[in-house]
Amino acid sequence: MRNRLTWFAVAVAAGGLALAADLNITPAAGSKVTATIKQEGVEVESPFTKFTGRIAYDPAKVAASTALLEVDMASFDFGDAAYNDEVRKKSWFDSATYPKAKFQSTSITPAAAGGFQATGQLTVKGKVQTITVPVKVSASAAGTVFDGTFNISRKAFGIGDPVWEGTVDDKVVVKFHLVGGK
Amino acid sequence: MTPRDPMNVTTYTRTAVALHWLVAGFILAGLFMGWTMTDMAISPARLKMYNYHKWVGVTVLTLALLRLIWRLTHRPPPLVTMPRWQQLAAHGGHALLYLLMLVVPLTGWIYSNATGYRVVYLGKLPLPNLVAKDKALADFWHGAHELLATVLAITIALHVLAALQHHFLHKDNTLRRMFQWRR
Repeated sequence: MRNRLTWFAVAVAAGGLALAADLNITPAAGSKVTATIKQEGVEVESPFTKFTGRIAYDPAKVAASTALLEVDMASFDFGDAAYNDEVRKKSWFDSATYPKAKFQSTSITPAAAGGFQATGQLTVKGKVQTITVPVKVSASAAGTVFDGTFNISRKAFGIGDPVWEGTVDDKVVVKFHLVGGK
Repeated sequence: MTPRDPMNVTTYTRTAVALHWLVAGFILAGLFMGWTMTDMAISPARLKMYNYHKWVGVTVLTLALLRLIWRLTHRPPPLVTMPRWQQLAAHGGHALLYLLMLVVPLTGWIYSNATGYRVVYLGKLPLPNLVAKDKALADFWHGAHELLATVLAITIALHVLAALQHHFLHKDNTLRRMFQWRR
């Protein structure tokens, strides 16, 4: 009897894991997170090279999905050591004090073609904002792919040195291409 | 005998003279900016300087193309009498200057694109990206741009010295005619 219960518990647990279908997000699987800033009229897109995430996505129950993404702020790569040093400073990312930016979904609204609107809390440099991001979902050989773009105001997160006022736009475009691997 | 008679041309067209001095001014500005901006600390001023440098480069490239077309369709005055080796040096030097006027801005454009920066002329006109962002490519074109710009600077120095030699030593018309023009 006890044996049977144990097996039942194991089966339920396994079933639960299978249902949750947690997808791990890492740069290694081909995922990308970039920020595009406009300086003096020139748009420059640069990647965050380190981030981790977990997306629970069930195409049959999209509304039950959850998404979490944590980005290592010190991994932002302008492609130039001097600019990378600048952006890690206190007035910009202050990545020594605030090493990670985080998005945690609070509600998912299904949209067309398996896509959804993800509403959640975006935490950058210790400041929290609620944002809603339209997410496209597609399938690739590597797994389920989640694509989206959203705009933020860097100043709303206390990012930026007044010296650069008028040179670097306030608007930052964040793009993500997340490949969910097992 | 008309002023257009190719056998009797002794002066440059007004357009050729104007383009020569315009390009000369922009090239000197571009070289000067290129050498100073790389030593500047990270700042909005440095960023602006890089942009202005790129705009100057695009201007040189455009004017150089116009010059090339003008040169091919308007016969320049023949060289003054000089030894054969000097004629060869003069023609070779001019060919090199034309080549570098086009190639130095182009390598800068490619270098900028390879670092992920589109060239936006005067901050308004986005130019096409010639290559995608690539670190190794950026390093290569950076080196090529600096090297060729240095060759351009040296060639210009020789060009100026040759002109001064004609003017002060040979006392011929070579330099003077770059200040005169026919219609």
